Amino acid sequence: MSVDKETVQKIANLSRIAITDEECEHFVPELNQILGWVEQLGEVDCSNVEPMTAVIPNKLRLRADEVTDGDKRDKVLANAPVAEHGFFAVPKVIE
Amino acid sequence: MTNIQDLGIAGIRSGIDGGDFTAVEVAEIFVERVSAAKSLNAFLVETPDHALSAAKAADEAKAKGETLGKMAGIPIGMKDLFCTEGVPTTAASGILEGFTPQYESTVSANLFKNGAGMLGKLNMDQFAMGSSNETSAFGNVISPWRRNDGGNTDLAPGGSSGGSAAVVSGRIAPAATGTDTGGSIRQPAAFVGITGFKPTYGRCSRWGTIAFASSLDQAGPMAHDTRDCAIMLEAMAGFDPKDSTSLDFPVPDWEKALSSDLKGKKVGIPKEYRVDNMPSEIDALWQQGIEWMKDAGATIVDVSLPHTKYALPAYYIIAPAEASSNLARYDGVRYGKRNLPDGAGLQDMYAATREAGFGDEVKRRIMIGTYVLSAGYYDAYYTQAQKVRTLISQDFEKAWNQCDLLLTPTAPSAAFGLGEKADDPLAMYLNDVFTVPSSLAGLPAMSVPAGLDGQGLPLGLQVIGKALDEQSVFNAGLALEERAGFEAKPEQWW
Repeated sequence: MSVDKETVQKIANLSRIAITDEECEHFVPELNQILGWVEQLGEVDCSNVEPMTAVIPNKLRLRADEVTDGDKRDKVLANAPVAEHGFFAVPKVIE
Repeated sequence: MTNIQDLGIAGIRSGIDGGDFTAVEVAEIFVERVSAAKSLNAFLVETPDHALSAAKAADEAKAKGETLGKMAGIPIGMKDLFCTEGVPTTAASGILEGFTPQYESTVSANLFKNGAGMLGKLNMDQFAMGSSNETSAFGNVISPWRRNDGGNTDLAPGGSSGGSAAVVSGRIAPAATGTDTGGSIRQPAAFVGITGFKPTYGRCSRWGTIAFASSLDQAGPMAHDTRDCAIMLEAMAGFDPKDSTSLDFPVPDWEKALSSDLKGKKVGIPKEYRVDNMPSEIDALWQQGIEWMKDAGATIVDVSLPHTKYALPAYYIIAPAEASSNLARYDGVRYGKRNLPDGAGLQDMYAATREAGFGDEVKRRIMIGTYVLSAGYYDAYYTQAQKVRTLISQDFEKAWNQCDLLLTPTAPSAAFGLGEKADDPLAMYLNDVFTVPSSLAGLPAMSVPAGLDGQGLPLGLQVIGKALDEQSVFNAGLALEERAGFEAKPEQWW
């Protein structure tokens, strides 16, 4: 499988990364080179092989449903590019 | 008179214990070395006060006759992937410029609890994506090493823990933290002639470590030798309920059990690691390593890890896939950079912020990851890669029926010049050919400096062990170290 300019634009959009036409031209051969190389995995017979989910067998722990943390609004907001009235602020999303 | 700058963790510990010098004297020397090494561009932030106050605390504790922590009075470098409370942390990415964590990562907290001080935050490949430290948004780290041709070509310190490698080999810090996703501790350690240890996945908590590929990321020590790595890993590791993949096992006393006697141990030599175009010097060093293992009492057996050649392509699907998901958090809303073009809406702000904040390699990996996870391609790429990962892990399981450890070279070449591979992402990826398989299987592995090549540059040997058997890896590393007698150091030109 190989990607063209249109596909790269679509991937960039899904990735929420703005790219110029020029950058797109640049990414097409680069991504194709990498994708062409990883395609060799198709040679491997994986019938009856389970995809890996954990490298070291480990049971997912559960903890008591108790509040253990909180009351840190100012710390949570401390690095926000814009915070207003105790909230993260973003450009208007509803007209 | 001992030169304090040449001492590692154990040497400093015994000097402080024996009253040869104080922790404050040690910290002052390294603080001075940090500020004199700016031309290497290894530090993104310097924190001399942190190092000095930890040293003062160690001296006071000693004066009161208290038991000192494992890392008491040791000033270390901290890879900038670890969030440090109140100290700017960027993972060497523009998108986190100005970010000051409000909390401490578990690994750095554990080290500080054990008495370590911090000299500063170390430059690295952006988000740990790279093998040469050339993807940092804040410039390349320059290796303290130079070729013996009399030239002054700037060399790569390896990556992604390039700053860590540079400061430990340059005797600018006695030890540093690293993180390893596909070789980012071991390859730079090999490039600069130091010892680097990646523990079993889950030994060190990932909490507060900026995520790259969560199923692979592991923290570990980078230090002068095996003993120092054992001491430092004891201080870093441990169960952490805040990391769902943290292993709930006690931390063994690895240092105490160190022994270079390998009698009864079987060391496997995987034939698939004999790759094309490997310099003959590396092959010769590997042979030498086999002899050293035999000399230490080990039996050598030939083993096969048949899926080795598929490890790199599987890694370059799995790691970008996880990265594309992990890095979705950088949206210009909660922390870091925001780029809001005039009149832009929320979606445009995301795209503009990420365009401006991420470097090229990061963008490339996010896009590859997004593609292999997208509808219609998920099974062909991602699921297939995870199946191959199972086979790679099973290769190791089968090998453990024949042997206890594996011995391989750490990297397929010595350090290369900055810029020499920067234009070819794929050639750069191949650097990790020997380190990625054990990362995919979550196994403990270390790099031991073992010799110099014809250019006068360090080469490393890698020891890989069974899951949770760090002790055998340390012991084999010690056996190699004692026989290699590697003492070469870069001449100070900076």
